[in-house]
Amino acid sequence: MLKRFTLRVLALLLISSFAVLNAKDTIKIGALVATTGSASFLGDPELKTLQHYVTKINAQGGVNGQKIELIHYDTAANPKKAVTFTKRLINQDKVVAIIGPSTTGETMAIIKFVEKAGIPLMSMSAGVSIIDPIKKYVFKVAATDRMACMKIMQDLNRRNLTNLALISGNGGFGKSMRKECKAIAPNFGIKIVADETYGKKDSDMTAQLLKIKNNKDVQVVLNPGFGQGPAIVTKNYAQLKIKYPFYQSHGVASKKFIQIAGAAAESVRVVSPPVIVANKLDDSIANKKVALAYKNEYEKTFNSDVSSFGGHAYDAIYIIVDAIKRAGSTEPSKIRDAIQNTKNFEGVDGIVNLSETDHLGLNTKTGMIMLEIKNGDWTIVK
Amino acid sequence: MIELFAYLLSGVTVGFIYTLVGLGFTVIYNSSGIINFSQGEFVMAGGMSTVFLLYAGLPLGVAFVLAILITSMIGIVLYKLISLSRDSSPISLIILTLGFAIFLRGLAQVIFDKQLHTMPSFVGDGAFEIFDTTLTYQALLIMVVASAIVVLLYLFFKKTKTGQAMVAASNNVDAAKLMGINIKKILMLNFAISAVIASIGGILLTPITSTNYEVGIMLGLKGFCAAIIGGLGNPFGAVAGGLILGVLESLVAGYVSSEYKDAVAFVVLLAILFFMPGGIFGNLKSQRV
Repeated sequence: MLKRFTLRVLALLLISSFAVLNAKDTIKIGALVATTGSASFLGDPELKTLQHYVTKINAQGGVNGQKIELIHYDTAANPKKAVTFTKRLINQDKVVAIIGPSTTGETMAIIKFVEKAGIPLMSMSAGVSIIDPIKKYVFKVAATDRMACMKIMQDLNRRNLTNLALISGNGGFGKSMRKECKAIAPNFGIKIVADETYGKKDSDMTAQLLKIKNNKDVQVVLNPGFGQGPAIVTKNYAQLKIKYPFYQSHGVASKKFIQIAGAAAESVRVVSPPVIVANKLDDSIANKKVALAYKNEYEKTFNSDVSSFGGHAYDAIYIIVDAIKRAGSTEPSKIRDAIQNTKNFEGVDGIVNLSETDHLGLNTKTGMIMLEIKNGDWTIVK
Repeated sequence: MIELFAYLLSGVTVGFIYTLVGLGFTVIYNSSGIINFSQGEFVMAGGMSTVFLLYAGLPLGVAFVLAILITSMIGIVLYKLISLSRDSSPISLIILTLGFAIFLRGLAQVIFDKQLHTMPSFVGDGAFEIFDTTLTYQALLIMVVASAIVVLLYLFFKKTKTGQAMVAASNNVDAAKLMGINIKKILMLNFAISAVIASIGGILLTPITSTNYEVGIMLGLKGFCAAIIGGLGNPFGAVAGGLILGVLESLVAGYVSSEYKDAVAFVVLLAILFFMPGGIFGNLKSQRV
């Protein structure tokens, strides 16, 4: 009896020691992505991208001779779930770095946990509050909504338009961008003369748009939001024959928007990360090669149009991999230091230069570009 | 004045959309006394199946009919689930419909995808210009179809034997059984009809709002409000409820602030439940008891 017991214990020990050995063989990287729920259109391309490129990196021999193991959880864009999974990634899975989450609300919720555990976080969400003020272990790859607002305001200045009307979705994205745009408008001499909102699941925005149409002060209209809302706003805008120039946010920067809004999208201007039109970019743009390669590979592999969100995932995984290579270690604090020293990294979102004072590292000039929809396709506004 | 007219028109357009969803609640409640919270998902199923059948290259008419058939099948599946647990209390059955809704949303994510989809408007993208505002052909089509469905439902429940059997079944199951009414068949037919109405709604809506796997959540809620406000069980109640809700939302968005628009639906719902528990179109429940 005793013999059997000792045998079992021995067997268990053997198995567990194998498990430990195995664990040492891989570099565990965690990912929190909202593959279901209201932000699934972010999480879906993000996860696809992460899985595709992790497989690719491993096929090419991994990092410093070790394979990467991607451990991902679906947060459904729910901050509470994001916190639970963050704890699991840190305590149970013992990851060395975390990519995600997809939305700003979730990122803000988990910051204190990664900071406490000292695990580097590479957020894929847009909110500027993630990296302002700077947190030691928190970085992000996506251009901020403030940068999108700046790009739009610069375009308005060029066209000598000063009186802006906002019609924003009431979801997190719309709210945050509305706040940022209102905050920086005075710096560009722009006056917000109307400020309407709509529910993100509404089916008709005529009432709000009529108010804007009948407001004699308005010169130009901006619609921060994502999902079906902006497409309906655009359709209503065309039906009401509103003549003011019309701007959309980077929340709609995908071919899908043109398909859904149809003819109404004609001559609408959209602020966007460059990857959407990577094939049309000027050769002088430094990250054109990377962006175009990503676009082509994504579209070929998944047979669907590229979105800017998957591009964030590409940048996140490669910045971490690059940092691990340079650090020559999988110690989270060393990875963190190496990430902060990232210089001239060619990413899908632009050239990244991180430092102690900048945990995003994107240049305002290249992080966002202005597009106009002409004949059902994007053209770059120079 | 022109502004008011424009807000009203916008409200009526949205109101008819709510009506179409609300009608489904009415039909099922009418026969079984159950509130079917998968109604919004039926709408989604109708729209999404049509879109994907169109992607598959089927002509519009065929995609239409197939999508309606698919959705009515889903309705029948829900009925089968409910009939399995027929002895449970209404509350557990209502929870069952809630669970079924979540299941359908999940299934749609797997079978279809998580993207937004749309299809061309089948009456053209044009619009009538009235004063300073416009009424799209598609919105007009929704109004016409919704009205037609209401009248047909009314006639069906009042004038046909099957329709009367349905009302009888909801009034008193035992008595109806004794009269030789096949309760099971009647109920199944009801779920199918309700799913058909929902899928027609989903198909008509898609060119205006576009669709995705979770489009049913808010539509279901608003349709439920419409049905409750108008009085559950009465097709005309769903129309009244839908229109009141749509117009109020539009007026609030226009004159007060678009921030408070959604709150209106729920405030009105609460007010109605407090002061007229049977809804505007009367005390159906007390008549029946």
